[in-house]
Amino acid sequence: MENDLGLWAIPIAIVGGAIRVSTPFLFVSLGEVLTERSGRINLGLEGTLVFGAMSGYAVAYQTGSPWAGVLAAAFAGAIFGLVHGVLCSIPKVNDIAIGIAMMLLGMGLAYFFGKPYIQPVAPDLPSFPLGWWSDLPQVQAALRINVLFILGIALAFALWWMFRATRVGLVIRVVGDSTDAARAMGLRPSVVRTFATAAGGAFAGIGGAYLSLYYPGSWNEGISSGQGLMAVALVIFARWNPIACFGASLLFGGAGALGPALQSVGVSEGYYLYYAAPYVLTLFVLIAISSKSQAITGAPGELSITK
Amino acid sequence: MTIADPVDIGTRERFSSEGWLAWLARRSEAVVIPVLALLAGLAVFGVFLMLVGKSPADFYGLVFQAAYGSSFSWQNTLSRTGPLLFAALCVALPAKLGLVVIGGEGAIVLGGVAAGALAAALASWPGAIAIPVLGLAASFVGAVWIGAIGWLRYARGVNETIASLLTAYIAIALMNHLVEGPFRDPASLNKPSTAPLAEHLRVGNIPGWDVHWGLAVGVVVCILSWLLIDRTTWGFAARIAGGNVRAAEVQGLPVGRLIISFTALGGAFAGLAGMFEVTAVHGSANASLAAGYGYTGILIAFLARQNPLAIIPVAILLAGFEASSGLIQRRMDLPDATVLVLQGFVFVAILLSESLYGRFKIFAPERWRAG
Repeated sequence: MENDLGLWAIPIAIVGGAIRVSTPFLFVSLGEVLTERSGRINLGLEGTLVFGAMSGYAVAYQTGSPWAGVLAAAFAGAIFGLVHGVLCSIPKVNDIAIGIAMMLLGMGLAYFFGKPYIQPVAPDLPSFPLGWWSDLPQVQAALRINVLFILGIALAFALWWMFRATRVGLVIRVVGDSTDAARAMGLRPSVVRTFATAAGGAFAGIGGAYLSLYYPGSWNEGISSGQGLMAVALVIFARWNPIACFGASLLFGGAGALGPALQSVGVSEGYYLYYAAPYVLTLFVLIAISSKSQAITGAPGELSITK
Repeated sequence: MTIADPVDIGTRERFSSEGWLAWLARRSEAVVIPVLALLAGLAVFGVFLMLVGKSPADFYGLVFQAAYGSSFSWQNTLSRTGPLLFAALCVALPAKLGLVVIGGEGAIVLGGVAAGALAAALASWPGAIAIPVLGLAASFVGAVWIGAIGWLRYARGVNETIASLLTAYIAIALMNHLVEGPFRDPASLNKPSTAPLAEHLRVGNIPGWDVHWGLAVGVVVCILSWLLIDRTTWGFAARIAGGNVRAAEVQGLPVGRLIISFTALGGAFAGLAGMFEVTAVHGSANASLAAGYGYTGILIAFLARQNPLAIIPVAILLAGFEASSGLIQRRMDLPDATVLVLQGFVFVAILLSESLYGRFKIFAPERWRAG
């Protein structure tokens, strides 16, 4: 009876799903942390994610190497970030509105160039079977850990250390907290912000490559349904702390895995409502941490979203 | 963050006091710059087309032919204009208060579901009563849906841009649940839908036109919204609050009520768009409601600089691009996302043009003032 887990299958599927689903959240939110710490918000990461998914898949298919795909996605994401950063450096240009425009443009370009890649099959990214100790196929499936998940955790710690202990981290934090103070120190805020946005875009592109090259593991126009946007809210929830982003990503990933997990044990009633769980969770988190009278703790001073 | 027009105290200033040239110079900046930005966006898209090996001349020629070339194409364009007018108002009205609400799609689909589900219950009512009731119900659902975003913004400081987009995803999930579950017509096999509307509950065409009444109602609603913003004290208060919330609060303006009423009104209009889609186009509520009108509406509102009167021509223009999508796919072998790319370029161009205001001496009234 070892395959009949009954209700235990649900938590196992959710844990496994959290690990699988959280990786794009993790990369996008780390990119957004980097961008927002410099005092700018990039709402366009949803578009970057989708374009990263498309370009990663296309390059992996053409070259036969999934890692070339990841690199291409990172590069494409960096270009999107760079464009966003440069456009927002122009006076009177609103970063939130540019984000909406870049989201539309990124998705439009991804669908435009991605049409020929909907059918072909590109190679998948490798993963480690950390569930070898268990006889249960469900546990083995749940603990199949992708390399990018581990890279993402490493990146979270690296960013945390960077903000805390390095000169680059300090420069980004100063620029994010006060444009005037940064100018007084001889820094050029818009240059720092542009590079931070470009690097953030690169991370979001990698998150997109994970979507198309591992889970769900194919390219189509519905590949992302707001993960890039939820990641922006997730950053607020994580109070701009990269390590907290990792925990929040797992939580959101678990919420995203709820629908498929219930479906796997035969609960199909209200499937769409479970599917909406991550959005509802994001909304409630946003409501819970916002405050009318004061800025959110830990928010960079120059960030327009919390002003 | 200010995306609303700055409060233009000089609007009422009669041009006789400054000379008509100065008046014209001052007013034309708001038309010339967006038009130039639109043309720049179209030009950049033309370069993009050349890079992928297609002819921009062919493209724009086909768009013109498919969107405005014949009475049939005008009819196609104008029937897409209706929902876009409502969707754009759902962005423009909150924008007067400085809010960037981008979740109109959610109010459209839920308004449509409300109309579709209620129509089954009202089948025995005469159309002249039932159709307005359907419109009211859809508006009410939309008003609550988007008004709640305004309330969350005011009462809790929740960012309205993210919250409204999240609720749009939630609304689409809710619609899928409702039309595949509780409200599903068992006879709809391939495409889960609510029961088809009784013939007398369907909204017909404007007499003499092949375009349904949604367009006429949309135009009227745009004009009324302009009157509300430009000609009433309530609209004037909203513009002040949009310029500076703190100053408005010090003045004793009811900022909370302003925010909630403008977001709710925008949502009501978006809900009405859903009702027209169900009663005049689809004949029942189903997944076709999520056609992306809400997202195109965002671009229209920004292109119109959040002015409800300007929304009308801009919506006709953008509806034309969407109406020509099919012909372009067939004739030029371009993917259906082509229009989305074009919209993206135009959107970026119009946002960049914000930095041009006040830069050109030709628009400065002082230059033209007599004496």
